[in-house]
Amino acid sequence: MHRAFCWLLAAFLALAAPASFAADLAPLVRGLGAGSYAETEKAIAGLAETGDPAVVPVIEALQAGDLHVRKADGAVVVAKRAGNGYALTDPLTGAALGEADRNAVEKIRINNALRRTISATLGALTLMSPDAGTRRQAAEAVFKSRDANALDALNTALAKETDERVRRAMTQARASVLLAGEAPDADKIAAVAVLQERGDQDARALLNGAANTGSDAVKDAAMKAIASVEQRLALWGAAQNLWYGLSLGSVLLLAAIGLAVTFGVMGVINMAHGEMVMIGAYATFLVQEAFRQWAPGLFDFSILVALPVAFLVSGAVGVAIERSVIRWLYGRPLETLLATWGLSLALQQAVRSIFGPTNREVGAPSWMSGAFELGGLTITYGRLWIVVFAFLVFGALLVALRKTWFGLSIRAVTQNRSMANAMGIRTARVDALTFGLGSGIAGLAGVALSQIDNVSPNLGQGYIIDSFMVVVFGGVGNLWGTLVGALALGGVNKFLEPYAGAVLGKILVLIFIILFIQRRPRGLFALKGRAVEA
Amino acid sequence: MLTRFFLMGLDKKAGVLLTVLAVLAVAVPVMALGTAPDSPWHISTHTVALLGKYLCFALLALSLDLVWGFVGILSLGHAAFFTLGGYAMGMYLMRQIGSRGMYGNADLPDFMVFLNWTELPWYWHGFDQFWFAAIMVMLVPGLLAFAFGWFAFRSRVTGVYLSIITQALTFALMLAFFRNDMGFGGNNGLTDFKEILGFDIQAASTRVGLFVATVVALAAGYILASAVVASKLGKVLIAVRDAESRVRFLGYETDRYKLFAWTLSACMAGVAGALYVPQVGIINPSEFSPASSIEAVIWVAVGGRGTLAGPVLGAVLVNFGKSYFTAALPEFWLFALGGLFVLVTLFLPKGILGLAAQLRDRLPARATVTAKPADQKGV
Repeated sequence: MHRAFCWLLAAFLALAAPASFAADLAPLVRGLGAGSYAETEKAIAGLAETGDPAVVPVIEALQAGDLHVRKADGAVVVAKRAGNGYALTDPLTGAALGEADRNAVEKIRINNALRRTISATLGALTLMSPDAGTRRQAAEAVFKSRDANALDALNTALAKETDERVRRAMTQARASVLLAGEAPDADKIAAVAVLQERGDQDARALLNGAANTGSDAVKDAAMKAIASVEQRLALWGAAQNLWYGLSLGSVLLLAAIGLAVTFGVMGVINMAHGEMVMIGAYATFLVQEAFRQWAPGLFDFSILVALPVAFLVSGAVGVAIERSVIRWLYGRPLETLLATWGLSLALQQAVRSIFGPTNREVGAPSWMSGAFELGGLTITYGRLWIVVFAFLVFGALLVALRKTWFGLSIRAVTQNRSMANAMGIRTARVDALTFGLGSGIAGLAGVALSQIDNVSPNLGQGYIIDSFMVVVFGGVGNLWGTLVGALALGGVNKFLEPYAGAVLGKILVLIFIILFIQRRPRGLFALKGRAVEA
Repeated sequence: MLTRFFLMGLDKKAGVLLTVLAVLAVAVPVMALGTAPDSPWHISTHTVALLGKYLCFALLALSLDLVWGFVGILSLGHAAFFTLGGYAMGMYLMRQIGSRGMYGNADLPDFMVFLNWTELPWYWHGFDQFWFAAIMVMLVPGLLAFAFGWFAFRSRVTGVYLSIITQALTFALMLAFFRNDMGFGGNNGLTDFKEILGFDIQAASTRVGLFVATVVALAAGYILASAVVASKLGKVLIAVRDAESRVRFLGYETDRYKLFAWTLSACMAGVAGALYVPQVGIINPSEFSPASSIEAVIWVAVGGRGTLAGPVLGAVLVNFGKSYFTAALPEFWLFALGGLFVLVTLFLPKGILGLAAQLRDRLPARATVTAKPADQKGV
């Protein structure tokens, strides 16, 4: 009966797993259950020698104390508690082997010596894994643990390694082990050089340790290495700040660029600009809800659909505002300011009444989540796309104003309204469309900001003052000025932040702008000539 | 001579307004303190404080009208001066708490003990004296306005640009006062006041006293403002509003005139804030928010800019509406306020008083010869 079962098992194994498993590994696994610690250790060594990744789960089970010997036939099985007895599975294939009474199996015991062997073996096995990613992770793990037991495995793995990046990771891991443990000075100094090349926070911590404990020669080398690492870290820190600055700058650019059209080109102070951004963000939310409802599989494309929707919705609201309110107030900028402020209050309350005062959840598509590393920088895809998007919008607007008929009409109407009218341009329509364009761009900004900010009725308020600062700082009526203004303010803000803190940094920037306006009342790139006195 | 200076600005509108204020100053104390609580004539302490609050806002609106209505400077940061005055008064009130705070420290206000501070920051010294605080109430906003205006007017920052940097100013102050390290109580601001000049701040009689003080301050502010406006200096101010370049070409140093009006206005706003704090019982950084400055602008616009009496009326009306609607129809209030902004700018460019004047002019029966108010250019 038992024999028959064994045959069945063997046949099953042969079917379920590659032939090599059954042929090479099964007897070795069986050896684990042979009895004495010495025999178990020998079996582990045998398994390790195969270098086969299929061995890893077996040894992990042994480490966890799940590996048992079935008394009836001496087979080694993984037994997990299930009800009163154990549920048995095959350690190699994971195939279910039925249930057994608690007395029918016996646990394979391990002692501390074995435990060490097991963890070293596991490290070595993952270092030998055929997958380069796993090997690299294993090397990183050793780098962090500085486990001296892994040294032999590392050396063996290094000798075989062909992948350049994995090799580097292993060399660094080896250096970390050598530096933390006992090793001749020459080796330690070599290790210091390796770590200096790595040059991150972890390396600095290790080097600090070496500088405090090692012999004089090692200390010396470590000190030099620390200086070099710190210089490198400072450099990357600056690069990181630059990236944050660029990222913040592009957010400012997105928020301000629509304003550059309504305020800069048309001269309309639109305090409801932030609410156009907010409407764009809510449009994104609605589009995503629609996708969740009807096409969850296409969720990754929802942002792309949201872009034109937000542009059109915000643009339409903008045109409506221009036709109903702003057109009566041309030439009275302060009145326009008040009226649009009133509109912004009403729009906020309208959105609050419809969607509620709480934040709405806007998801990120998969291609916008996650991050990648560039040298010492960590760059999230979301931020990267926003930077790209800001510049795309800027470029598109520039082209639209410079190269299209519509852009030509806008410029004509701004420069000389009555002449443009006389030449047959319908100025009223151009006004409405220009305002719609500015609002629509604000809507596009809303799509991007919905990814990094809370979508709530107050979303726009946070950006309105910043946007005005950017436009005024850059110089009204000049798109390039807006670009420079946004990037400069973003950069200055982020470079001040580490020294002054976020809030104080912002205050300093505001004070700087107030003082700057005194020096150059018309911004960085002011329009020259008589027109400015108008 | 001085009396003539102060009286020369007073016209019929002023007579009506000052009479109303005088009636209030007499009637409210009588009704609040002299009647039984169940009498139909009785008004509660709460109402007295509410009325006092409206009148503080009226003084703020008046100060704003002085610069917007007569010099053409639209300040979107006047709440900054108001709040600074309020903080100066709040600091005095905090020092008056003494050892009655939660932590019982005789010198340090509670929030400083909470932050583990051991010493009073230098800028808190002197605020235990009322006279010092009373000076600071005007000096701090005045100095800030002077420094700000000195730079801004000399560099000829005008119109919308000036409005936007005043907004930046108040925004920066808000961010600054939100910080705990500033030593002004951070988020929570200053509150839990106990007494003012030795009187219990919660007592009905103190409330009435504060109300009367507010009425007096408003009346004084009004008389001062109308005197300034009616004087020769006031004529130059109005000329600056209507055609600044031309006035400059005529040889006037316009920035000095503007600076004077601007600083005076800031001091008035500071006084308004100082009277506001003890009646409301709290001052916190959200008062600095640009939104509250812009709300003050709408009071002026509703009442009628450039009329002095109009802003007082506008502030009281709008705030009464706010109190009523935020209680009765909370959802509706922002729509109403937003709509008010739009409607007033579109249809009532001269506010309620301007509308009244227009209606009067149209009635042929009452076509008395009055000097038509100078046409205001939409600045």
